[in-house]
Amino acid sequence: MSEIENVSRRRFLTGGVIAAGALVLGVRYYGKLLPRDKLPHDTNADHSALHPSVYLGVDPDGTVWIVASRSEMGTTSRTTLPLVVADELDADWKRVKIEQAIGDKRYGDQNTDGSHSIRSFYDAMRDAGATARFMLIQAAAHQWGVPAAECETDLHVVVHRSTKRRAGYGELASAAAKFPVPPKEEVKLKPKSAWRYIGKGEVSYDLEALVTGKAIYGMDARLEGMVYASVERPPVLGGKVKSYDDKEALKVAGVRQTVPIDPFKPPPAFQPLGGIAVIADNTWAAFQGRKKLNIAWDNGPNETYNSDAYKNELRATSHNPCKVVRNIGDADAAFAKANKVYEADYYVPLLAHAAMEPLVALAEFKNGKATLWAPTQNPQAVQDIVSKELGIAKEDVICHVTLLGGGFGRKSKPDYVAEAAVLSKKMGKPVKVVWTREDDIKFDYYNAVASMYMKAAVGANGKPTAWLQRSAFPPIPSIFDVNAVYGDAAHLQQGWTDIPYDLPNLRVENGPAKAHVRIGWLRSVANIYHAFGIQCFTDELAHAAGRDPLDYLLDLIGDPRTIDFKGVEYPNYGASMETYPWETGRLRHVTELVAEKSGWGKRKHAKGTGVGIAAHRSFLTYVATVVEVEVNDQGEVRIPRVDMALDAGLVVNPEATRAQFEGAAVFGTSVVRSGEITATKGVIDQSNFQDYPVARINEVPAQTNVHIVDSDAPPAGVGEPGVPPFIAAFCNAIFAATGKRVRDLPITKLGLS
Amino acid sequence: MIQLKVNGVEQSFGGEPEMPLLWYLRDVLALSGSKFGCGIGLCGACTVHVNGQATRSCVTAMSDAAGKEVTTIEGLDKNGLHPVQKAWMQINVPQCGYCQVGQIMQAAALLDSKKKPTDHEIDEAMSGNICRCGTYQRIRAAIKAAAGKMA
Repeated sequence: MSEIENVSRRRFLTGGVIAAGALVLGVRYYGKLLPRDKLPHDTNADHSALHPSVYLGVDPDGTVWIVASRSEMGTTSRTTLPLVVADELDADWKRVKIEQAIGDKRYGDQNTDGSHSIRSFYDAMRDAGATARFMLIQAAAHQWGVPAAECETDLHVVVHRSTKRRAGYGELASAAAKFPVPPKEEVKLKPKSAWRYIGKGEVSYDLEALVTGKAIYGMDARLEGMVYASVERPPVLGGKVKSYDDKEALKVAGVRQTVPIDPFKPPPAFQPLGGIAVIADNTWAAFQGRKKLNIAWDNGPNETYNSDAYKNELRATSHNPCKVVRNIGDADAAFAKANKVYEADYYVPLLAHAAMEPLVALAEFKNGKATLWAPTQNPQAVQDIVSKELGIAKEDVICHVTLLGGGFGRKSKPDYVAEAAVLSKKMGKPVKVVWTREDDIKFDYYNAVASMYMKAAVGANGKPTAWLQRSAFPPIPSIFDVNAVYGDAAHLQQGWTDIPYDLPNLRVENGPAKAHVRIGWLRSVANIYHAFGIQCFTDELAHAAGRDPLDYLLDLIGDPRTIDFKGVEYPNYGASMETYPWETGRLRHVTELVAEKSGWGKRKHAKGTGVGIAAHRSFLTYVATVVEVEVNDQGEVRIPRVDMALDAGLVVNPEATRAQFEGAAVFGTSVVRSGEITATKGVIDQSNFQDYPVARINEVPAQTNVHIVDSDAPPAGVGEPGVPPFIAAFCNAIFAATGKRVRDLPITKLGLS
Repeated sequence: MIQLKVNGVEQSFGGEPEMPLLWYLRDVLALSGSKFGCGIGLCGACTVHVNGQATRSCVTAMSDAAGKEVTTIEGLDKNGLHPVQKAWMQINVPQCGYCQVGQIMQAAALLDSKKKPTDHEIDEAMSGNICRCGTYQRIRAAIKAAAGKMA
């Protein structure tokens, strides 16, 4: 460690009584903060004696550096992916140090969304670890003058089988580095029987830091000489500042100046929204100064947007023929000759992310380069937008990734980081932009509001002979193309075109909807409303037929088969259909499993109580959920118990996976109980937790039991798949307990709380 | 000048008396363990102890902290880990962790006043602290585990 590096670290984490501890943590969380003339992307792994991969290095003292290239927002991927490296390396986890990568394309995709960190990087992590292990064995064999085939590894050492000679990884690291990095074919991966960590898991590498307040989030980033900014943004999307008066704002103690930010040029994508920034000596002064701004706005065309009227428009759209995105047989002909037809409308409003850490970013623009510290899910997207906004090369944008105080998809969209960069350039000094909770709620990229029209003709035994489903929602591509109004394949696939039922006549449609707010990914995305529509309508049909909802659901899923998507644009979450086929047998299995574990049909339910079931595949993972509710005479809903069964293929970290599913039940509880963003004249009506409540400890499931299917199938997602079936099962349970059908979320509309 | 004690250390503050304690702790003292979540006392991420009481520092003006003893997560246990922090690790509570400091401060205050809280008492004491990741089930288990240790 050079002195220069130490100085620069100290510069980042200034002052205060915890400075000494923070200094150490700075190294641990951010890697090196190197002087500007050095390669900014260097990691300790890069400088290790043995570093056969960008993800890994072994030092002569035996320290193993593993680079976490994906962002940590609570899913434990920062721990779980390095755990895979350590397993193949046969490394002692206690001697592993994890360093966080900056945004750099050499790591491949870094957008930590779509529940695919493990799926997409599992092989790469195994290869990295196995390659280093291979080279360490070569070095030891050479040193001992024995064939490499006679050597193996034990924890952090190479062992010669017959002579029992041993050499530690540290002492071999430099010698191993002299061997060529072997081609992939030569490197043998460990058999499952030899796995140390995969499938067993490990708690978060950061656990102690998290419970002691030493963990550094974006909100905690500091630079010497930095100023604080709070931005008053156009209240309506696409609005502009007509004129403003900052005289009163400038009188607030601690306020230095105001700085206008240009409005975005449509489409919004990840550009700053524009507005007036108040620059101050501390966060609170910036907030106070902002309240004293007097701004006249030109609201622009979205001023006509009212969410109530928009809801009616969506519904009307879904009641008329739309674009067909999947078709089997002839649904119209079957409807024409049907005796019994059921139809229902389902609706899910706009939803906000409301991660506990409001958006925040720290930027320093200096000597033509921008350096950023941000809680971002996508540091390469930060590089893109900042380079565009500042007119500098992408390589001159250095994005350090802090821990994230939640993300849920919002922090994949770096408009807030771009704001900090723009302000730092204008100010000529480091600027930290802090969003208030109100900003976070009002200027979100919302999960789309969606209306689903469902129609089924039923024959003997209540089984559908024809099924029609039409959805209308403003699509995510609208943030990149103002003319985009139809759902794209990437989001229609999310539980809509892939309805898994064995139906003779099926038509799946999608209608147009223009966006008036920014629409974006939120945990589980389109699966939320699609699963709600399909799984609740299924429950309605079961009750209409007088059948047990579990039996009925299994009947519709049908016999185990692989769904044929011929003629359907089905991206399968970017995975190949060969590796990740859509297997209804796996959905059936988790449904049967959750029924068994929850005691479905075996337990008596008193008046005002009931259970509901739902099954859904998303992010390549199969999940079935049973929710039990109690509703009292005042309409107060309690959730005594939830059971979830999941088949996510190979589960690397079962403990973290259980936590994700427990959390999914809580996230889903918020959607059902209170999730609703509305707008009046283009302005978002909600502002903070009093009018956008999220679930509290007294409102959530008392007990969530997570049942993981033991599987050797390739690993799939775990962060998001728990949410969609929970929402539907919860609503189905409410019907079972009250006879009230939830078609319009949240349940406050039914007088329930 | 406002005089107060933070984690046992005498401090004086000459800034705006309306400034919330949270921003004094974070921006002036660089004690960043206490978190900003909502700014209006609705989420509990900023919870500290003021004279031993769990308090939302984001809505506590510096003038109201004058002469008081403030304890933040950084000072919760001088000798390492408080039993509540140990229980949080044992039960593996945190996901993103951002709210957990506030949860821990709230739970520590609860267990100071009630050695063996019931589920209902836990709900009452903890319902002001939001966890968006949804770790509540483990929070409850960790409080019970800590109660066992502290009793």
